[in-house]
Amino acid sequence: MKRNEINRMKLEFDATSQNEAFARMAVSVFAASLDPTLEEISDLRVVVSEAVTNAVVHAYKNRGGKIGITAILYSDRSMKLKIHDKGCGIADPERCLEPLYTTDPTGERGGMGFPIMQAMSHAFRLKTAVGVGTTVYIEFRFQGA
Amino acid sequence: MKETVKTELQGRTLTVTIIGEIDHHSARKLREEIDSALFYHRPKTLRLLLSQVSFMDSSGLGLILGRLTRMKELGGDMVLVSPTKEIDKILTLAAIDKTIPTERSVRKEDTE
Repeated sequence: MKRNEINRMKLEFDATSQNEAFARMAVSVFAASLDPTLEEISDLRVVVSEAVTNAVVHAYKNRGGKIGITAILYSDRSMKLKIHDKGCGIADPERCLEPLYTTDPTGERGGMGFPIMQAMSHAFRLKTAVGVGTTVYIEFRFQGA
Repeated sequence: MKETVKTELQGRTLTVTIIGEIDHHSARKLREEIDSALFYHRPKTLRLLLSQVSFMDSSGLGLILGRLTRMKELGGDMVLVSPTKEIDKILTLAAIDKTIPTERSVRKEDTE
């Protein structure tokens, strides 16, 4: 089925922990016109929060930088998200997709960010290069009435 | 954000109620508040009441697993109580409910 783009937005904001809540709220409000269910909105918020937190904590190592989000809504009630940073990049992207894998030594991070992003979205792709940055491409297809 | 923690000691059981959102930003303050209550009361059981958590991502899993480690250090155990539907989904995805006993039925006295 052919789908048409019906709305698009771009955000750029500082990679601070305060902005994790801002990013997930902004994206979920933008998606509201596709009329997702509460559960779909909840999944979307979690996925955005995981991606932005990864950028803050891992890509920029809590030292700040810029995070960009592009969101596109389509006529078939799907949504494409691109969340990108210009941080350190991921040396071993395959391992990040393994549950419980974490580079955090404090024991306060679960190592579940990428597995949760995969499980809660309909399509997930990771593009990363060490020293250049990381981009995650995520797609949602809202089903709810 | 106004994340808060309420604590209530009954015998050697400490019930900690988390109110608000659990993400990477709020987790640090929540962790400090819960840990200071743990070291003050030194309970045998920590009951973490999750029914008033309005949002949680994987930072919440880290918070929960970190408190399990503290409770083991104190020679105690931990129970998760009344996760919302959204939180339950994440607990199940991460198989946390296999590691930590999880009470899903809403107990009346916990919600009043």
